Amino acid sequence: MDKQTILQVYETMLTIRKFEEKALHLFEENKLRGSVHLSIGQEAVAAVVGAYLRDEDYITSTHRGHGHAIAKGARPDKAMAELMGRETGYCGGRGGSMHIADVEKGNLGANAIVGGGIPHANGAALSAQLRGTDQVAVSFFGDGAANEGIFHETLNIASIWKLPVIFICENNQYGMTTAVDSVTSVKDIAVRAAGYDMPGEVVDGNDVFAMEKAVKKAIKRAQEGEGPTLIEAKTYRWKGHWTGDPEVYRTRDEVEEWKAKCPIKRLEKHMQDKKILSLEQIKATHKKIDKLIDEAEEFALSSPDPDPATVLDNVYYEGDK
Amino acid sequence: MSRKKYSVAIRDVIAEEMRSDPSVFVMGEDIGALGGVFGCTRDLQKEFGKERVRDTPIAEAGYVGTGIGAALTGMRPILDFMYLDFVYVAMDQLLNQAAKLRYMYGGRATLPLVVRGQQGIGRGNAGTHSQSVEAFFTHIPGFKVAMPSTASDAAGLLRTAIRDNNPVMFIEHKALYASSEEVPDDPNFAIPFGKAAVRRQGKDVTLIATSLMVGRALEAAEALSKEGIEAEVIDPRTLLPLDLDTMLKSIEKTGRAVVVHEAHKNNGVGAEIASQIMEAGFKFLDAPVIRLGAKACTLPFSLVLENAVVPGVDDIHKAAKQVCYK
Repeated sequence: MDKQTILQVYETMLTIRKFEEKALHLFEENKLRGSVHLSIGQEAVAAVVGAYLRDEDYITSTHRGHGHAIAKGARPDKAMAELMGRETGYCGGRGGSMHIADVEKGNLGANAIVGGGIPHANGAALSAQLRGTDQVAVSFFGDGAANEGIFHETLNIASIWKLPVIFICENNQYGMTTAVDSVTSVKDIAVRAAGYDMPGEVVDGNDVFAMEKAVKKAIKRAQEGEGPTLIEAKTYRWKGHWTGDPEVYRTRDEVEEWKAKCPIKRLEKHMQDKKILSLEQIKATHKKIDKLIDEAEEFALSSPDPDPATVLDNVYYEGDK
Repeated sequence: MSRKKYSVAIRDVIAEEMRSDPSVFVMGEDIGALGGVFGCTRDLQKEFGKERVRDTPIAEAGYVGTGIGAALTGMRPILDFMYLDFVYVAMDQLLNQAAKLRYMYGGRATLPLVVRGQQGIGRGNAGTHSQSVEAFFTHIPGFKVAMPSTASDAAGLLRTAIRDNNPVMFIEHKALYASSEEVPDDPNFAIPFGKAAVRRQGKDVTLIATSLMVGRALEAAEALSKEGIEAEVIDPRTLLPLDLDTMLKSIEKTGRAVVVHEAHKNNGVGAEIASQIMEAGFKFLDAPVIRLGAKACTLPFSLVLENAVVPGVDDIHKAAKQVCYK
């Protein structure tokens, strides 16, 4: 990873972290409502993928999708406005936290049905294949989705048609409150790739360089017409499944163990060791992102609610092709 | 004009649209070499190749979801269902995804997607291959729903469906595929959605019928005519959007209406149509609207039983006389 990309990945991870910390704070202050699923602790996966995709490439995302959106170029202010259901949000307040999309920028959307968005990445990849472009599509999903039928149908189709798609399973160890190993037939979800005749790789999802290696390889394979790859990024969500999760299913020690593997702290140490950024520069970067997120909060809080008179807008596309 | 079967009319429109628009392609089960169980994609793979006429695995949710992704990114997929009964296997992708994405994304996505296939009685296919699914797609906002009852309508409505920028549920009928009539040769022949067809003029009672039931309503109308009752027969052609105006105009004249469909009567589209007539045209009505539809049981295998479940000509005839108090 070159220096510029390292800095980009770092800033993206910090932006995701601080965006979500702010979202949690606003939720606790009752300024946010609905479902808010945080990916704090998992930022490396989204940030690295985002760094190696181009604007014209596609992603599909999940209910835990703020990080994916930001990594694909979403602006924190418009994303925060969507979390607050404001007119200025990405979906004009119609979708909320679980449906942030920016189709023109290649974010085909977060999806609140577990596994629901996986085949959409297939379709975007098929679209690229039919149109003869070298675009690739990435589908993010969790360990829970790997037990949905749609995951298996989608991988089979991607394989037989050699679609330029990359399946990235963020295994954060729990499907809501259920431990992945208690409901999954295999220890590593990546081994399921073999059933669909595609490469499957287990990666330390908290290590940006391990992610880099796997993602680059998968993109190259997709662009060379060799077809899909399944990457399983082992990671961990520090927060509960939702804001208010009593977290009866895991111990505090387990959470602390994973916090010690924080992807951001790891990269900060690496950057200091390699003299990419000094401690002062790291502190300055934190300040810069804090400001960005404060501005996002301000933008969202000062944005208007949607006009109830427009509630029936956009059920259908109106007008000619 | 060329005389064509309903199935051939559909096939020809798909071919014409694929020729004129490279973003149109077809996906489904057994559509390539076989050309579909009912021939609606016959020879298309020969002309357009395996890339644009794609045989899919038996994975309805998988290929519908794949179609959604393609539609979001500039393509115009036609998703072929061998039997529309199989939509239930793909319901999350259809009703949680295709129907809702545009709205949930604040209008910043378009899904030009056609889901087409056949449904209904006529072949003794029993409960999971003979039912009618339209009510599900008229209930959840997001799909448009077309139900052609003739070959020419199938052609004109399908062209509109393919050119529409919304998800369209295009509901054909297995028992109509062999029916034929003159179909315009114009490669731009299209019938707009939301325009009902008046199949027969009459002053005494309005029969509103969909798909296979249009023919039965027309038969009933001939029998009624011999008894001095002139029935007007209206085919809505699309259920969403629904052409209430044409129905109200007729009922203003007749004061009476029977709504008949092959789908279950309970909580069916007929209930919606009857309610809309009541809400907007109560002042025209001289009798309560009667709904006819399949009885509230699974479609049975035995043809004798199947016929006992779905409205027949006699049932329509009887209901028409009932609203005329005769």
